[in-house]
Amino acid sequence: MDVWKKVPVREQEPQVRATNFEEVCLGYNKEEAMEEAERCLNCKNAQCVKGCPVAIDIPGFVGQIKEGRFEEAYQTISKSSALPAVCGRVCPQESQCEGKCVRGVKGEPVSIGKLERFTADWARENNIKPQPATEKKDHKVAVIGSGPAGLTCAGDLAKMGYDVTIFEALHEPGGVLIYGIPEFRLPKNDVVAKEIENVKSLGVKIETNVVIGKAGTIDELMEEEGFEAVFIGSGAGLPRFMGIPGEQANGVFSANEFLTRNNLMKAFKEEYDTPIMKGKKVAVVGGGNVAMDAARTALRLGAEVHVVYRRSEAELPARVEEVHHAKEEGIIFDLLTNPVEILVDDNGWVRGMTCIRMELGEPDESGRRSPVEIPGSEFDLDLDTVIMSLGTSPNPLISSTTKGLDVNRRKCIVAEEENGATSKPGVFAGGDAVTGAATVILAMGAGKAAAKGIDEYLSGK
Amino acid sequence: MYPIVKKRKLADKIFLMDVKAPRVARSCLPGQFVIVKMDEEGERIPLTICDYDQEAGTVTIVFQIVGASTQRMETLEEGDVFQDFVGPLGCASELTETPVEELKQKKIVFIAGGVGTAPVYPQVKWLHEQGVSCDVIMGSKTKDLLILEEEMRAVAGNLHVTTDDGSYGFHGMGTNQLEELVQNGNTYDLCIAIGPMIMMKFVCLLTKKLEIPTIVSLNPTMVDGTGMCGACRVTVGDQVKFACVDGPEFDGHLVDFDQAMKRQQMYKTEEGRSMLKLTEGDTHHGGCGHCGGDR
Repeated sequence: MDVWKKVPVREQEPQVRATNFEEVCLGYNKEEAMEEAERCLNCKNAQCVKGCPVAIDIPGFVGQIKEGRFEEAYQTISKSSALPAVCGRVCPQESQCEGKCVRGVKGEPVSIGKLERFTADWARENNIKPQPATEKKDHKVAVIGSGPAGLTCAGDLAKMGYDVTIFEALHEPGGVLIYGIPEFRLPKNDVVAKEIENVKSLGVKIETNVVIGKAGTIDELMEEEGFEAVFIGSGAGLPRFMGIPGEQANGVFSANEFLTRNNLMKAFKEEYDTPIMKGKKVAVVGGGNVAMDAARTALRLGAEVHVVYRRSEAELPARVEEVHHAKEEGIIFDLLTNPVEILVDDNGWVRGMTCIRMELGEPDESGRRSPVEIPGSEFDLDLDTVIMSLGTSPNPLISSTTKGLDVNRRKCIVAEEENGATSKPGVFAGGDAVTGAATVILAMGAGKAAAKGIDEYLSGK
Repeated sequence: MYPIVKKRKLADKIFLMDVKAPRVARSCLPGQFVIVKMDEEGERIPLTICDYDQEAGTVTIVFQIVGASTQRMETLEEGDVFQDFVGPLGCASELTETPVEELKQKKIVFIAGGVGTAPVYPQVKWLHEQGVSCDVIMGSKTKDLLILEEEMRAVAGNLHVTTDDGSYGFHGMGTNQLEELVQNGNTYDLCIAIGPMIMMKFVCLLTKKLEIPTIVSLNPTMVDGTGMCGACRVTVGDQVKFACVDGPEFDGHLVDFDQAMKRQQMYKTEEGRSMLKLTEGDTHHGGCGHCGGDR
């Protein structure tokens, strides 16, 4: 065994997986996990824990894996995280826990994400559940949104004994875990649904199909339905468009629409009713994780796919692993390229896109090199589908229907970082609704902080 | 789960259902809509709210069979359930925010086309309850396709029924009837037109000429209905709007109808394919390209 390198993880072959929606990464088995756990140096002042937004006792659970005590490892993780099978799969570990691992100074860091995933998968396969509260508290708390922030906040509050109800606008709970992140990165029935079952087994109630702000307001929940505190974890689901000519043509989609059709509505499956445009030649505009997800989804539906991004590879905001997987599968990267117009045929359909080449200018005050157009470098791409993946912002529905809730100029809810408290007493918020689009684990961290904040608020009442 | 407590056939391929959904019934106002999903495999379908009963906790929807999903929905009977029923969505009609005294000063005419009669009804009923009388023109292709005539007659000030083929009422379209009413000396301060996109377009062309401010209720393709995907985006004036959250009602004189109609066609082949699959069932191996039967 080479202690400087991670125990490799088994994956589906690129040529095979490019044609299916099965999970790409197959994860560690027991032997592989125990071997990888051996690489952990069990640091006294563990830096990895500081890199984890929910501060999981990493040396603790990795040590338990080392000795084959998987159930204990699961309970160790569960103290800090409600969704380990999710986080082990989708966290950007390279910039979090693994980015801080001392093993990474000279070699490769310990594969903490894959070990977390192994533990959660093992627990699920062996029907191990997190432990519910033994004492109930006589306080009702409402959670708006069932994404990572809401699920974490609800799970933590239920463990403390609170009576928690989650209100979800869509027909299935999970937020971006269900509608955004594709099946091949995060299996829905086997992983997400089971992890949500675990949160429910703690006593959390989930009401789907309730759009707070339309079917009742937060004020009504507090004044009429007896909820003493509310956590807003409604995310940032409002898609941005570029505002270029041709953007309303048939065949132009937001990544949210494209992914929702495919992931939530399962349009890729024959027996489901929701249609999806399969496209022969698709451009995805943007370079984040959502762009990678959209591109790899379009590829699996049978298209030739281009990722069009205005900066260079080094600036791609997507996870390194996702970019690597996308390239292996045959996604074409058109870097330093920016769309200027979508070309439309006589029937209103996309027929192509005019792009312009970019170069990186001098670093600005923040040290970031902004892309600058190269005059006269316009060229056309032939396309039938364009997917805009330019980021999202918070939906104003909740903030505009709740009295006394402050938002900033980006329409994000203003909340304290350490306890999630907003300008309105009893109302807390966290996740993308506060920060704008960020990561699953940061939303979970915010949900956790708010659960603590709500407990302090209700205990002091 | 959301049980169907009443089902009634209104006309060929047009059905009414009362669905038990107390949270929706409690908050809804005229002009808003719901999204229904019949079962696990179903798609999310936007339908306007035709009526609601807060006490019974029910919401009335009306749908026409136009494709595979609505055809499948027709198989649901009283006692069956919708797996999902979410709403109320969209903004309520501006009328509900206008002071009643102001409404009473206004001469309002509604033009309802086909199934568009269903979303017009709650607005006229609401006005009637506020003591405001308005004119209603409701039209259909032919007599057999008229819906909710009695209900509308009970709440409308003056009701004008039209059929394209002259089989009942005024012979012609809603626009012809409006022109005649104006020629006969009627004046209107506001027109509200709801029906097929093409009908709303022609109403708007006419009312622009007649200088009557006009509100339309758009029915583009939708997925979530909560503003997170932009499938329903439309151009109004020089702005891009999401019909599900900014609408569905807009100033008809500012809507780009041609674009909206093109966008409605986007899934036409997909819809045709799933319709074919449904009607032909096991015998369907026609190589539509969708089912794999041709491979």
